[in-house]
Amino acid sequence: MPKTVNNKAWLLVLPVFLCVAFSAIVPLMTVVNYSVQDVLGPDQRVWVGVEWFKSTLRDPELHSALYRQLEFSVLVLIIEVTLGVGVALLLPAKGRLASLCLVIVALPLLIPWNVVGTIWQIFGRGDIGLGGVAINALGIDYNYTAKAFDAWLTVLVMDVWHWTPLVAVLAYAGLRAIPDAFYQAAKIDGASAWSVFRYIQLPKLRGVLMIAVLLRFMDSFMIYTEPFVLTGGGPGDATTFLSQYLTTLAVGRFDVGPAAAFSLIYFLIIMLFCFGFYTVSQNVGKGDAK
Amino acid sequence: MKKRAILLVVYLVFILLPIYWMLNMSFKENEEITGLFSLWPKHFTWANYAIIFGDSSWYSGYINSLIYVGINMVVSVTVALPAAYAFSRFRFLGDKHMFFWLLTNRMAPPAVFLLPFFQFYSTIGLMDTHIGVALAHMLFNVPLAVWILEGFMSGVPKELDETAYVDGSSFPRFFVRVFIPLIRAGIGVTAFFCFMFSWVELLLARTLTSVDAKPIVATMTRTVSAAGMDWGVLAAAGALTLIPGAILIWFVRNYIAKGFAMGRV
Repeated sequence: MPKTVNNKAWLLVLPVFLCVAFSAIVPLMTVVNYSVQDVLGPDQRVWVGVEWFKSTLRDPELHSALYRQLEFSVLVLIIEVTLGVGVALLLPAKGRLASLCLVIVALPLLIPWNVVGTIWQIFGRGDIGLGGVAINALGIDYNYTAKAFDAWLTVLVMDVWHWTPLVAVLAYAGLRAIPDAFYQAAKIDGASAWSVFRYIQLPKLRGVLMIAVLLRFMDSFMIYTEPFVLTGGGPGDATTFLSQYLTTLAVGRFDVGPAAAFSLIYFLIIMLFCFGFYTVSQNVGKGDAK
Repeated sequence: MKKRAILLVVYLVFILLPIYWMLNMSFKENEEITGLFSLWPKHFTWANYAIIFGDSSWYSGYINSLIYVGINMVVSVTVALPAAYAFSRFRFLGDKHMFFWLLTNRMAPPAVFLLPFFQFYSTIGLMDTHIGVALAHMLFNVPLAVWILEGFMSGVPKELDETAYVDGSSFPRFFVRVFIPLIRAGIGVTAFFCFMFSWVELLLARTLTSVDAKPIVATMTRTVSAAGMDWGVLAAAGALTLIPGAILIWFVRNYIAKGFAMGRV
């Protein structure tokens, strides 16, 4: 659809710009300010230039946290998007049953993040939690407080439990927008279920899936509250993701300068990924729409 | 068909089990929660809920949360509507950059930004107010609202706008009377997402409040005391946080079930 050029449209965007800029610009500038200084006390500051950026980029702990974070985010994205689309395909299309299923599926989204952590903390316990007891009863020795892999897996399953519904709800809405005529045409052509999915449903889901993938990427990359409550980053550093490490740096060690430099780098990493994904998906879309 | 039903039930059970465990805990006494494993409460009690409803520092948390989430939801959707219309209909100087800049505001890692937020909000006197928290949450909700609404609006044919202009109605009149009713579903879905992300956010809400606007998510962290966790009350409080959102999704379920594809095609 061709759009008309109209710079007066800025007037319509202005309220949004003001609302967001109000909370965005001052804190961001303060962080930039910290990142080039050594903050010794409330009134004692020394200009250090890009020193913090250099040392942060060389920090081996950061590298391992970043690697752990990337691995986690990519895994979470793959699992949640596949599972979410799968669930959306399984959900009934109409009727009371559909409404009920939709409400149940959306429930985990509505639980505050610290409560999610607390639920899983108890749920996964081998002595008093349903999940932990069930796994142990199967003969698997599972203990998320002591074993690094178990802790990591618990955080992963918790995230899948918590956020697959977001993908499922969006994908469900996307699927319902496909007119019946498409399915009838496919039926006449004798298309298999797979080709219906590949050539009709998947292209139509592109828009909602882009929202889902971007939201999930941003939020999983900044995951903090849930693993903090569940495992506190441990055992060892098995579940210390980027923002956890950042918080230790900023709050635990009072290293405001390096922490600020770190969070700007962090911010840039997320932005780069999102920009890349956004651009690629726009171009893929052009190909599909012809 | 049967196989699909079984798979769906398996997934729903996976969703419900941890929630069931929370409800189960909320009806137990603390000794029972930490002491033994039981599939349902042996000594069924309403005591945990009684604590919450009997103590104003508990239930005011829910009221505070509902107030700022409500303000946030209404303002976010209201300012996002004209902006989303501009993005879906017009090209203007820097439109793409503006759109992406809005999205980047969802990407700032909270840990370090909390301190500047705290300083900034104290300086301008917005600490511990509902409006303050609502404004802070707009940082991530307004861009999302613009994004989702833009998708819905792009689905409305442009010819419609032109017919309305030819009929001689002014833009605000056309927008409110004709256009907004057309994207009702989009507004419902957007409101749901704004509600959800504001309702569950902890770090900003906790940092920017102390007493008067303290949200329920922050009140809950109080159950950690010297005597150990008060698991029962925590579970009861958690169970209660589900209710407002569940009611809201019940209202928007039909909009979601009607479907939306999003995006420009």
